Amino acid sequence: MSELVQVYLPMFLVFAVGAAIVAVFWLGGHYLGPKNPNPEKLQPYECGNDSDGARGVRMSVKFYLTAILFVVFDIEAVFIYPWAVLFKGLGWTGFLTMLAFIAALLVALAYCWKKGALEWES
Amino acid sequence: MTNDPWLRALLEGAAVVTALMTAVAWITWLERKIAGRIQSRLGPTMVGPFGLLQPLADAVKSMQKESIVPRDADALLFWLAPPLTLALALGTAAVIPFSPGLLASDVDIGVLYALALSGLLSFPIWIAGWASNNKYSLLGGMRMVAQGISYEIPMVLSALVPVVLAGTLSMGGVVRHQAEHGWFVVSAPGVGFVAFLVFLLTALAEGNRIPFDIPEAESELVAGPTTEYTAIQWSLFAAAEYAHSLLASAIAATLFLGGWDGPVLPPAVWMVLKTGALFLLITWLRWSLLRLRSDQLMSLCWKLLVPLTLLLLLGAGTWVTLAT
Repeated sequence: MSELVQVYLPMFLVFAVGAAIVAVFWLGGHYLGPKNPNPEKLQPYECGNDSDGARGVRMSVKFYLTAILFVVFDIEAVFIYPWAVLFKGLGWTGFLTMLAFIAALLVALAYCWKKGALEWES
Repeated sequence: MTNDPWLRALLEGAAVVTALMTAVAWITWLERKIAGRIQSRLGPTMVGPFGLLQPLADAVKSMQKESIVPRDADALLFWLAPPLTLALALGTAAVIPFSPGLLASDVDIGVLYALALSGLLSFPIWIAGWASNNKYSLLGGMRMVAQGISYEIPMVLSALVPVVLAGTLSMGGVVRHQAEHGWFVVSAPGVGFVAFLVFLLTALAEGNRIPFDIPEAESELVAGPTTEYTAIQWSLFAAAEYAHSLLASAIAATLFLGGWDGPVLPPAVWMVLKTGALFLLITWLRWSLLRLRSDQLMSLCWKLLVPLTLLLLLGAGTWVTLAT
């Protein structure tokens, strides 16, 4: 068995064992629990009132600009990862490169901030 | 230990998951005891000595209750969300180093793997919120997403500080480096300590613990994404939440507090002690603080923690370059 398999196999087995444990609980619940559904019980819970309004309410997503920023910055973070691992061999050159990269990120963040992209209501 | 690599891998996997589930069961007891004491109550006392058998009784009880799938719910997604949440939480356990020999999988990308799996956690919670077809659940799910896009970047960047200091993404490697050069929480003047605080804060947000239990918010949203969940499905969610808090403590202990490193006592004991201490801190905070609002969390993360962690990275870089 190759070294790669030896290192990664336990990872998947942890999932497998976890799935087995979940299955035991789930089956336990399935066989031990009662099943008496009735229309009242199956209503969406709204503190005892009858459910009000149609299903699939439309909601205003106030944070969509932040969500786009999140995608951008998450990718930038991914760029920093290989640098962080190899940093020790790169010396001052590596440091200055990353200084420029992070400075660019900070300027971008400052711009978004100034433009109000980080405000909840705008 | 056996020499057959397949059997060994299976044993390690089983040992890690079983240990974690057992720990989760009794940590619910511990949390209820502490919560009780903080609120001048006794906590569980009836089942077994000091209420110690309470978690077992709870598990059996929740299996005997009826699992309800509400009328308008998306049944498949509704069923899938709790096991997914627990699986993601348990999967992280594979890369937690308990001692030099007890580490299920010391992959080169351990830190990335742990962060990636715990980062995925907001998805099954959003799925639960959406599939329930309940307005409270939906609002809770939305808040979970809002929370996810806030804490994730400072968390990922603060976890990079120990990676820069150690020069490796392997969890075992980070601990070995700390055993030789001192724990990151005290080394690299101030940088490690601040990064530790940021990581702990974002870990609270990730685990939906007070002061960041914004998606659940039981005083406004009933129970947020888990409103419609009953019986064993709800228990799976609860177990996942505790497993997640415990693993977040373990990751923080590994990255910043030197993991298994420590004098006299065996390595695994040190790891358990450090993880336990961090979990107690989280529990203490939970029963002492109030909840923030979504926009407050967003402001905190984007306007303070993101710039701060970027500067911390540069600080760590300066420190490493000067030291070599």
